[in-house]
Amino acid sequence: MSTTTANPPPASSPPPKAHENYLNANYGIRSWLLTTDHKRIALLYLVSVTIFFAMGGFFAMLIRLQLLTPEGFLVGPDTYNRLFTMHGVMMIFFFLIPSIPAVLGNFLIPLMIGAKDLAFPKLNLLSWYIFNIGALFTVYAIVTGGVDTGWTFYTPYSSIYSNSQVSAAVIGIFITGFSSILTGLNFVVTIHTMRAPGMTWWRLPIFVWTQYATSIIFILGTPVLAITLALVAAERLLHLGIFDPRLGGDPLLFQHLFWFYSHPAVYIMILPAMGVTTEIIATFARKNLYGYKAVAMASLGIAVIGFLVWAHHMFVAGISIYAAMAFSLLSYLVAIPSAVKVFNWTATLYRGSVSWQTPMLYALGFIGLFVMGGMTGLFLAAIGADVHVHDTYFVVAHFHYIMVGGAVMGYLGGLHYWWPKITGRMYPEMLARAAAIILFVGFNLTFFPQFILGYLGMPRRYATYPPEFQVLNVFSTAGASILGLGYLLPICYFVWSMRYGPKASSNPWPATGLEWQTSSPPPTENFEVTPVVTWEPYDFEHRPDLGLPKPERARPKPLEAPGLELGD
Amino acid sequence: MERTGSLFGHFRDLDQQRETASLGMWVFLMTEVMFFGGMFLAYTVYRWKYHDAFAAASRELNVTMGALNTGVLILSSFTMAMAVWASQMRKRNLLCIFLIATMLLGAAFLTIKGFEYAQKFEHHLVPGPNFNFPGPEAEAQHAEIYFALYFMMTGMHALHMIIGEGMLLILLIYAWKGSFTGDYHAPIENGGLYWHFVDIVWIFLFPLLYLIDLHH
Amino acid sequence: METRSEHAPEHIVPIKTYALICATLLVLTLTTYLVAFLDLGPFNIVVAIVIACIKASLVVLFFMHAAYAPRRTRLVILAGMFWMMLLIGLSLADYMTRALPR
Repeated sequence: MSTTTANPPPASSPPPKAHENYLNANYGIRSWLLTTDHKRIALLYLVSVTIFFAMGGFFAMLIRLQLLTPEGFLVGPDTYNRLFTMHGVMMIFFFLIPSIPAVLGNFLIPLMIGAKDLAFPKLNLLSWYIFNIGALFTVYAIVTGGVDTGWTFYTPYSSIYSNSQVSAAVIGIFITGFSSILTGLNFVVTIHTMRAPGMTWWRLPIFVWTQYATSIIFILGTPVLAITLALVAAERLLHLGIFDPRLGGDPLLFQHLFWFYSHPAVYIMILPAMGVTTEIIATFARKNLYGYKAVAMASLGIAVIGFLVWAHHMFVAGISIYAAMAFSLLSYLVAIPSAVKVFNWTATLYRGSVSWQTPMLYALGFIGLFVMGGMTGLFLAAIGADVHVHDTYFVVAHFHYIMVGGAVMGYLGGLHYWWPKITGRMYPEMLARAAAIILFVGFNLTFFPQFILGYLGMPRRYATYPPEFQVLNVFSTAGASILGLGYLLPICYFVWSMRYGPKASSNPWPATGLEWQTSSPPPTENFEVTPVVTWEPYDFEHRPDLGLPKPERARPKPLEAPGLELGD
Repeated sequence: MERTGSLFGHFRDLDQQRETASLGMWVFLMTEVMFFGGMFLAYTVYRWKYHDAFAAASRELNVTMGALNTGVLILSSFTMAMAVWASQMRKRNLLCIFLIATMLLGAAFLTIKGFEYAQKFEHHLVPGPNFNFPGPEAEAQHAEIYFALYFMMTGMHALHMIIGEGMLLILLIYAWKGSFTGDYHAPIENGGLYWHFVDIVWIFLFPLLYLIDLHH
Repeated sequence: METRSEHAPEHIVPIKTYALICATLLVLTLTTYLVAFLDLGPFNIVVAIVIACIKASLVVLFFMHAAYAPRRTRLVILAGMFWMMLLIGLSLADYMTRALPR
């Protein structure tokens, strides 16, 4: 645990002793299933979330097949209800919410702050087990008939009238929620207490700031979901009916409690992706992030304001018009910190030395698609507009733009960006770029028609639709198959690369963060010696150790005395 | 990670370890605040809507038992604080005595609660098919919501107490072995934090559930 | 926020303090019990909550050592309490304005 001053850091980390790193330090299934190494746990999560993503994707495929024809040839309405419910449940709770935090956050946070591990390594492992146990309950619910309430579990249908496996599913989500809570707790405490000497708050990478903001949401929001689902289960199983309208129960109470978590949950999904995007943009524009403090504060701002807007999901549910107006105003407010980030990314790109590697393609795609998704959110924040498009495909398109076009692209961009660090291998660049483009095209073809469909009046969660909507639906399904190919390709070449990919150096891009100062893959204890940080984040100009050429910038020539010709 | 004595390998020193453990417990307790908070919202909304029915239903509770239980928990917080003191003063036997005292008081609380629950069963005040509240239909329906909240809130609280008892038992075993009368007593302190939190939840549950409109 | 070496020196609270707080808590419990029998109209609930808050504060400050804890801990406590108030307050804002004339 000796500390040495690294100022500036050495040109490359010392060569690993006989290639010893966290991957080959121990062999055998027990060394993985009983590991407390945050890097291995991140990979365990990677396997889990990929499986659950595939399940959610399978349901999506069935949905899109069903919607090829107006009468629906594949399933009846009751089964269709189960399909979109399970698609939503698997994707949101078992893929989107854990993905970046549990995979990239777990792997990178200790590396980025110069620590040996998270604050509570055993709790970290427990989180993974809890995650999968919860998933088991939910999978049980699926294979025994599924749930038909929608992922939103509105009462009293979910608490009294539905004959589907609601109890098993809510118990599963309840359990998995604790995985989120413990991960968030681990991150917050780690970032507060485990930073290396010299790693002040204002030197933290933005990815760490966004993970911190995300963790605040995990900690303060998820418990409310937990108790809400527990109340639904209690009503179903123990007749403790507080949502029962026959007793005077208010269905809107459930909705208030549910959305108090579930709206901030969408910020759980997008904030980490914003953090990833920031890292990638700075690296591939090879330029200092514009407005670092503003971006850091905006991350916290999104987390905080995000807790104040939940009832915009309830504009047509029966809340008071005055409350609706307040929540509408607050919903506009939450767009401001997001916009700050977009402006800062743009300003970072301006006059940067931009290159087009795969992570950059994903980051740029993120910015464009996030802006579209976010702006359409503003349309929804207008009460009058919302009354028209609520529960239509407009909303479906809106949230898929930010969750898929935003969060998933952020996740994939991050996986590509840090793949060399995680595995010590490079993925095939040309194939990866092609996959990114395929994904982008497929995504837009799938979801852009849905904006139009929603505006024209096609309701969501319906197994059939009027024939005039068929053309757009066919486009959407066609896009979905292209999108599916875009997802399949990375899975294939990532696996291929772990064996056959070219070996990566410690800092292949190169980038400025602490994680790039150790070998690829890192040793188990992360750093040979505890780093001491003396440099500012994203400071490409003052990092000679990265071996970058001095940037060519058009600088105005210094003012000469009048009468002298410029250029002398 | 390896461990040398009380120090886990990924920490710089015992101070960082202690700071980290303490912050971790406080953050966890805030998640518990939000967890119970959801039920407090439900309670607030329905009490505001159905005040008279809540008052009538609340009169079915045994205020004396509730007040007694409050006293028991306050005393148990005292003994828990004393356990932390004993650990800081390196007095192993006293630490164990105070831990046992805390556990006994906790058990007393749960026993009294058990009596109360048994009474509710006898009087048909448990929500469900056997629920029967004397009074006009609307009031009986709202009273059923009151009792649903009563059982959820006190039940969740009791569950946390049972977990607390388990935690105290584990602490007692390690305390007896001398683990907490050396340099490092964070587990006792943080265990204490949890126990005090459970006490605080009851401090709010008592007036909210038992003391509605007693003057009528 | 905090410096690298924010070590809260180990503060040992004297037994007398603990005993005094315990006695105060018991007295406040008795008070809240007795006051419940007085007819204060809408203020019954207010008094009950206020006394409960005082009791909770005493437990947090002295039994849980928050009075001697670093500033960060107090921030965490305040944030948690504030968030619960947000949940209840903003939801009530809906309920309490439903009946208002448009």
